[in-house]
Amino acid sequence: MWVETRTFQRVEMDYAAVVFLEIIYMIAFLALTSAGLAVVFGMMRVINLAHGEFVMIGGYTTIACAKAGVNVYFAMLVVSPLVVGILGLLVERLVVRQLYGRMIDTMLATWGLSLLMVGIVTFIFGNTAVSVPAPIPGYELGEFQMGGYNLFIIGIATLLILCMWLVMRFTRLGLVARGAMQSADVASSLGYDPKRVYMWTFTVGAALSGLAGGVLAPLTGLLPSSGGAYIAKAFITVITGGAAVITGTLSSSVIFGTINQVVSFGSTPVIGEIIMLAFAVVLLRLMPQGITGRFFRNAP
Amino acid sequence: MSEMIVETRDLSMRFGGVLAVNNVNFNLRERELRCLIGPNGAGKSTLFKCMTGLHQIHHSNGRVFIRGHDVTGWRPHEIVQLGVGIKTQVPSVMNGLTVWENLWLSARRIHGKKGASPEVDRVIAELGLQTHVRRMVGELGHGQRQIVEIGLVLCQRPKLVLLDEPAAGITGAEADRLVELIHGINQQAAVVVVDHDMNFVRMLGGTVTVLHQGAVLMEGATDAVMNNAKVREVYIGNRAK
Amino acid sequence: MIGDAANFTSAGRTHWGWIIAIFILLLLLPAVFDTNTPTLLGIWALFALSLGLMWGYAGILSFGHAAYFGLGAYTYAITSMNLGESTAAWIFAIVLPAFVAALIGAMMFYGRISDVYMGVITLVFSLILAKFMGATAGDAYSIGSARLGGFNGIPAFPILNVPGDPSTPIFGTALYYVVLCCLVVCYLVSRWVLSSAFGRVLLGIRENEARIELLGYNAPAYKTAIFSLSAAMAGMAGCLFASWAEIVTPALFGLGQSVEVIIWVIAGGLGTLMGPIIGAVLLGTMKLLLGGQTFIDNSLVIGAILVLVVLLLPKGLLPTLMGWRNNMGNAV
Repeated sequence: MWVETRTFQRVEMDYAAVVFLEIIYMIAFLALTSAGLAVVFGMMRVINLAHGEFVMIGGYTTIACAKAGVNVYFAMLVVSPLVVGILGLLVERLVVRQLYGRMIDTMLATWGLSLLMVGIVTFIFGNTAVSVPAPIPGYELGEFQMGGYNLFIIGIATLLILCMWLVMRFTRLGLVARGAMQSADVASSLGYDPKRVYMWTFTVGAALSGLAGGVLAPLTGLLPSSGGAYIAKAFITVITGGAAVITGTLSSSVIFGTINQVVSFGSTPVIGEIIMLAFAVVLLRLMPQGITGRFFRNAP
Repeated sequence: MSEMIVETRDLSMRFGGVLAVNNVNFNLRERELRCLIGPNGAGKSTLFKCMTGLHQIHHSNGRVFIRGHDVTGWRPHEIVQLGVGIKTQVPSVMNGLTVWENLWLSARRIHGKKGASPEVDRVIAELGLQTHVRRMVGELGHGQRQIVEIGLVLCQRPKLVLLDEPAAGITGAEADRLVELIHGINQQAAVVVVDHDMNFVRMLGGTVTVLHQGAVLMEGATDAVMNNAKVREVYIGNRAK
Repeated sequence: MIGDAANFTSAGRTHWGWIIAIFILLLLLPAVFDTNTPTLLGIWALFALSLGLMWGYAGILSFGHAAYFGLGAYTYAITSMNLGESTAAWIFAIVLPAFVAALIGAMMFYGRISDVYMGVITLVFSLILAKFMGATAGDAYSIGSARLGGFNGIPAFPILNVPGDPSTPIFGTALYYVVLCCLVVCYLVSRWVLSSAFGRVLLGIRENEARIELLGYNAPAYKTAIFSLSAAMAGMAGCLFASWAEIVTPALFGLGQSVEVIIWVIAGGLGTLMGPIIGAVLLGTMKLLLGGQTFIDNSLVIGAILVLVVLLLPKGLLPTLMGWRNNMGNAV
């Protein structure tokens, strides 16, 4: 009898660990997929609705490189951000730059770009899913089978947030960035051309989206329409987070990730998503400027 | 006994760390003319916003009474319905509509379907806007847009008129006309004018309230206030900075 | 009022001549063309009109207007399946979206939510509906005798019938005329609303909501009202769609549908009533034509159009064309 009780407790603890890890994973997932959008929104008040497609193209880049024999880690951590970063640069110069200050128009134009990109990718790669195997095998946590790659994703997300925080806090680049967030004049008075600051900000945001896409590529089969799945959640996470890039994204990722997973465990993943979405509405109604519009107002 | 048009009791407004309005007791009777002066950041525009509900008052902020009604927690349109009109510091008009359309929207609420058009015509005549009637307000110059905004206020025949820097950016001759206009409005309504131009304030007459760092520094006749040592120090001190 | 209408010059004149000419052509259309596609185009035009009214004249952009289109469609399907007759279903399909919109609108507008955040909330609401309806597979999920059907939707419900006579269904050319009639009625109602004092206040709200409030108008109430009217029209379009397609699926609530109608409105001409109608007809036709082949993806073309319109023709097709016409007149 004593042995049975111990086994029961062990399973309970394992289950708790699984739930905990799943929640952390969800938070990491949201933070990773929202980072690019957050940087651009937080710094430039631009809402890039092509963000999902940037992520998708990052994924396709990694898969194409992996299939061509390039090391998959190199592809996802270096090549994807580079490729999507360049794409972002083009988008900024050709489209976004013309529409500064016109938030709704920017949303519409970037939405048009997202459709355009989906069309082009469909044209090139067709409509069947492509994929690449996860480079890290699964492991066992007691009775439960876990995905090992998920730990890698959590690690990358953590590293990313840490790097962003360090850059913002301790480098000159971060200082200029935080200044530009307050107003374009600050950037000029520090001697930097605001137009160039915006251009590089958008490029970095795109690169981050590409990184997310690359890292997430091994998870499931990728389709040209996969971007759509990312944009809605990222959009909601970023807007609800508010203007502060790191704190905002982190706080809303934590809230939504937790709610999503906890409710999913209690019922079904669909209900989890629905409750998360409903909560976003409630949150926005109570805090019309987003979480960091109310709390943590001066955080980076 | 004339009606108390507006009264604030221990009104305080805090934004972040700044106390923009500090325990202000301000009152105004029917058809009184008051000039509200003070250096930049003294809290003049904030006080106006409290009176119109643009900054919502809560019980913790103190009390504001408009024509005897306690407007704590009221929304702007409810307060305006008591007979309050405001011309804001930055002209707030409807740029994509014509002058006529702007005025009609204002007049329609008070004068109804039949009375709106005649009222609009009356105000256009009074303000000399005849040549601009069909023009888009967004195309007009700053001074003209201010006049249109005053027109918006007039169409509703309010009992309390708040004018935030009506003399900003106008010429000497226009200033004379504006003083005349304000005195005309004052026949029917209590008027509070915020301005930085001391000559203009002198031309208006009436009593002067001086705000400094959110609190009432002094109140009295124009000359007495202008010559007061403390008031001069507050202004000169600020200018020296 | 007529005198006042003459004084409201900023919105431009309604060219009744053109409109009547187009109407007559549309009346005669069944003599030449098969009515199946035109009926669908008419439904889309009504949907676009509903958004164009709210967005162009009150400045309210919803990123999830498909929610009300879908609600109208599903409400009709479920009600007609339960009652066996379409009249009540029709009414309910218009009233329910209007009611839901009134609730959501009140929550947003009285809460002073700004543009972008309103976009998120409207988007989220439509996503919630789409996800929910997509997950309702199985017998457990049914309302009365109508199984919600999850991803596959609800098929085989009674289509519209002549009021009071369940044995006489309305389809084909008859349905085309019903759709045309609805479109015309909604257009006239929109015109009437816009020329009323209520409509004028909406214009003021679009221009400067703060100022309208300072003139003593309860802006959130006006916005909620127009949002509700717009949802009612969208619901009507959804109901007509249900009868045309004879099946309703969660895709009707989808993001794609919401974005498409936004593109129709903006490409056709924001700030006009005919613009969205024309935009829906033209782009809808293009979508159907492109759908028939696989070489060029519809997304590609419509995406390019959206980008080009925003960059080059910010006013949309109709106002730009009318602008050219006016300029040519002036040159002469």
